[in-house]
Amino acid sequence: MAEIIKLKTPLTDEDVMKLKAGDVVSVSGVIYTGRDAAHKRLVECLERNEPMPIDVKGQIMYYVGPSPAKPGQPIGSCGPTTSYRMDPYTPTMLEQGMKGMIGKGPRSKEVIEAMQKYKGVYLAAIGGAAAVIAKAVKTCEVITYEDLGAEAIHKLEVEDLVCFVAVDAQGGNLYETGRLPYKKD
Amino acid sequence: MRELQASVIADAVEKLCMDAAYYLPEDVKAALKARSEQEESEIGKYILAEVCENYKVAAEEQMPLCQDTGTALFIIEMGQELVVTGGGMVDAINEGVRRGYTNGYLRKSMVAEPIFERVNTKDNTPAVIHTEITEGDGLKITLLPKGGGAENCSAVKMLRPADGLQGVMDFVVETVNVAGGKPCPPVIVGVGVGGTADYAAYLSKKALNREIGEHNPNPNYAKMETELLERINKLGVGPQGLGGVTTALAVNVEYFPCHIASLPVFVTMNCHSQRHKSIEL
Repeated sequence: MAEIIKLKTPLTDEDVMKLKAGDVVSVSGVIYTGRDAAHKRLVECLERNEPMPIDVKGQIMYYVGPSPAKPGQPIGSCGPTTSYRMDPYTPTMLEQGMKGMIGKGPRSKEVIEAMQKYKGVYLAAIGGAAAVIAKAVKTCEVITYEDLGAEAIHKLEVEDLVCFVAVDAQGGNLYETGRLPYKKD
Repeated sequence: MRELQASVIADAVEKLCMDAAYYLPEDVKAALKARSEQEESEIGKYILAEVCENYKVAAEEQMPLCQDTGTALFIIEMGQELVVTGGGMVDAINEGVRRGYTNGYLRKSMVAEPIFERVNTKDNTPAVIHTEITEGDGLKITLLPKGGGAENCSAVKMLRPADGLQGVMDFVVETVNVAGGKPCPPVIVGVGVGGTADYAAYLSKKALNREIGEHNPNPNYAKMETELLERINKLGVGPQGLGGVTTALAVNVEYFPCHIASLPVFVTMNCHSQRHKSIEL
């Protein structure tokens, strides 16, 4: 496998632009969690001309709804959820300055175009490796939308969370090209 | 007549929820190991190794294999000579789910109503319960915690009888192809053929409970399962949809008689975290 590129959050345009679909990265620093319900609320804030409760500039959103933490643990199992459900909200998030997303599964054409326009990167974590991923999470606190439970926005500090660059800011898309060498007959 | 206390059922279901969430069944472990050795993609190999590491960590630390501990989907096979006392059967199952998901630190993923409010019920109830009446006085409870990401890729098609075997096979393969990386491949594909649309859906869930490597006793369907698995693993989708030769671990097909006009097919997709566990009381 390719050499692992270390990424430290927050991300700059330069960080994003050097990544290519198929690269392997390890993410360290602060990232924010958010799923369907939280994204809906964030985008609704903007529609009402209110500021979002978190500043997403340069940040990575991790699409995850963790299991509850056991006593003494920062977080429970926390693998990625399927990203396409966030597609309707993603161009707006990128417009607001979000630089990265961690999830699993393919994205829409609109999202991929917005990633090129605003310079964003989409990383795939391993779905179903949730207990292993939890080990990369050092701290976890709820930032907003606590009433959403697992779907609340959490601030996570992660260390060496290994992901694959699935879609890059030039439109490179591993979900399309990755399967080509293995497609038979 | 045999009597069984509802509280015994609730206690058993509580433990079943936790065990199913923490411990990957042996048949799934064996299939993942075997496929890891055959995978050709470097990223695919890495993913499969991490998935194998994950089931070890989850068991050691009694943590959920996946944060999505699913809809609690039950198949209850209940003998007609069994009487549940001291409470209702359905209430006992939901009580077990409530306690299992709470005490086991499992994620609560159910909303009370699907369109307007979508408020979380906070204890993962209600369970989805399928019931079969059997002879005798036994009680077999099977739990399939059903993750949302894979379930969202399930599909139904009401084929014409003229579409036949080819039509069924093409629909199954196309469903897996279209799903791509969304259902967390390598997947286990449950296929229900025949009955009515709703019954085919149930059969496809039941098919997921069959051990990997065990085939339908009808040789025509067993051959179909083998051929479907071969075709699916040639799609190139691979682990997590990032490319490779391991797209599915198994295809299990169940069938039922059907109407002269019909050929219903239901495909239920399940992720590699193929949790299924049964107990007999």
